[in-house]
Amino acid sequence: MDVFLQTIVAGVLKGGLYALIGIGMTLIMGVMGIINLAHGQLMMLAMYVTFVLSTMGVDPYIALFIAMPLLFLLGVAIQKFLLNPLIKADTILPENQVLMTVGIGMVVTEIVRFIFTSDYKSVTTTYSERTFFLGNISFSVALTIAFAIALAFTGAMFWFLLKTDLGRSIRATAQDKDAATLMGVNTGRITVITFGLGSGLVAAAGCLLAPVYYVFPDLGGPFTAKAFIITILGGLGSTVGAIFGGVTLGLAESLGATYFGMEFEDIVGLTIFILVLLFLPGGFKRLTKV
Amino acid sequence: MPQAAKRNLYPLGFLVLVAGLPLVMRDNYYLHLMILFLMWVVIGSAWNLIAGYTGQVSFGDAAFFGCGAYTAGLLSFHLGVSPWWGLALGGFTAVAVGLPFGWICFRMRGAYFALATLALNEVLRQGATIAEKFTGGMVGILIMPSFTSKLPYYYVALAMAAASISSLRWVVRSKPGYYFVSIREDQDAAESLGINTHLYKMLSLAYAAFWTGIAGALYMNYMGFIDPHVVFSLHDISIMAILVGIVGGVGTVYGPAVGAFLMVTVQEMFRSGFFGLFQWLGAVSGSESLAKVAVVLTQAHVLGFGILVVLVILVLPNGIVGDWPKIRKRVFRLDAGT
Repeated sequence: MDVFLQTIVAGVLKGGLYALIGIGMTLIMGVMGIINLAHGQLMMLAMYVTFVLSTMGVDPYIALFIAMPLLFLLGVAIQKFLLNPLIKADTILPENQVLMTVGIGMVVTEIVRFIFTSDYKSVTTTYSERTFFLGNISFSVALTIAFAIALAFTGAMFWFLLKTDLGRSIRATAQDKDAATLMGVNTGRITVITFGLGSGLVAAAGCLLAPVYYVFPDLGGPFTAKAFIITILGGLGSTVGAIFGGVTLGLAESLGATYFGMEFEDIVGLTIFILVLLFLPGGFKRLTKV
Repeated sequence: MPQAAKRNLYPLGFLVLVAGLPLVMRDNYYLHLMILFLMWVVIGSAWNLIAGYTGQVSFGDAAFFGCGAYTAGLLSFHLGVSPWWGLALGGFTAVAVGLPFGWICFRMRGAYFALATLALNEVLRQGATIAEKFTGGMVGILIMPSFTSKLPYYYVALAMAAASISSLRWVVRSKPGYYFVSIREDQDAAESLGINTHLYKMLSLAYAAFWTGIAGALYMNYMGFIDPHVVFSLHDISIMAILVGIVGGVGTVYGPAVGAFLMVTVQEMFRSGFFGLFQWLGAVSGSESLAKVAVVLTQAHVLGFGILVVLVILVLPNGIVGDWPKIRKRVFRLDAGT
């Protein structure tokens, strides 16, 4: 019973972080209708920012306030100079944008590899290894803090999308770009801001993950994969869906790792992904209607 | 008639040229590059049919490539059968994997299909890694190559490339070919005209899977070694296939051939530091910094590749063949009409 509870706790804590990764992606996918295959790579970049700052003695949770604006600006630049021009170009395949994000991901990974080499780095803090106990169940301190911050960000995001003018414009653009343009929303600017926000959110996830995970250039790919599994699970463009999707993936991964073996951790996610695509094409959004 | 003759003249002339190339060029290194180029022609053309003509962008070409390669490899590994049988069977294994997948996934549209192909590739890669007893896992499969010379491989690859291009030409000018394009342009309109879009998408996928699988089997025969990370690689196979298609020109018959030539050259150029140019310059001039540039360039070959992806999509979204009128106008200052 303890093993089962421990697995659940670990899964939910991991799921909180996954949710934060997924929200950035679901925003971008929902508003622009493109898959950002450089999402994990942007997170990896934020982790390196955290790493560099931590070597200067800056705590990862403070690095958050530096990495997020940096990645926001990078996201804005990517959308403005690399992705938006493609919308205007007359091409046969709409997937050119997706391929562009793949190219961006490659460039980011390789630049980082160039500077830091492929070695595994770690951001060591006093609380990286610390745990506390509730009954017999152990909680990792860093992951619990990360979970709380992730929840706060998710809540803030939800409030922002529902209550502010900018948030409403973003939702309008996501629902119907042409109609939003006709209503006087500057959709070009909205896509730029959305990509920035998505990058900023995934940067936050990177900073929170840095104390408990290794940092290396190739970690982007797997996390991009996780991000869109979460997005598909939750339903496109749904913030609440991203939370459910993140926690479900976290739970499934830890249950899979505990009861089948470590090597099945990744396969569990993919299996869920395919099952959801087949049987619940709208994701959890279909069920919750939020 | 003269039109048709002209249409066939250039490709045939080129084919004769390529067939005669080994008579002049005996260097193994360049033969190796040519074999890679011909292999990519096959893969690129296959991708072009499903993505460029049918509009179903696949991010999982490596799945079919790996199926073909593992068919050839496993036949030889477990049964001691010559891996050349893989050339005959690899394509069919890939189709056998592709068809059920397509049957399920073609209900999804646009980017969802691309994602699903990505997932298929990942599942196969993980599967090949986990099933250690059957596939050798991470260690991979090593076979003895059949020929020591590169020439036989060269002509097999050439025959395959010629066959794949002529079959592509034949397919796109036949009735299904026009159906494919109609699905790409407007699926709902195609359906309303009574085209069974699901069936034709499956046909298109089967064609692409078949040729990609065969290319995989050829790779196994030629390289003599595969492991899951090589043949199911997202960057080295799937993305490269897309690049070959996009750089050359989506929805054109000869685009992938042009793209394959360019991409293989560029990839090799970065990998070898511009064919040793900088190293040579460094050695000749005795300058340390030039030698250093050579080292840096070889280390950064993936970076150069990535920058190329970004630039090509930005500047030539329809590829060299697709944007040829534009290139003529801009670069050679010729009017497109004349």
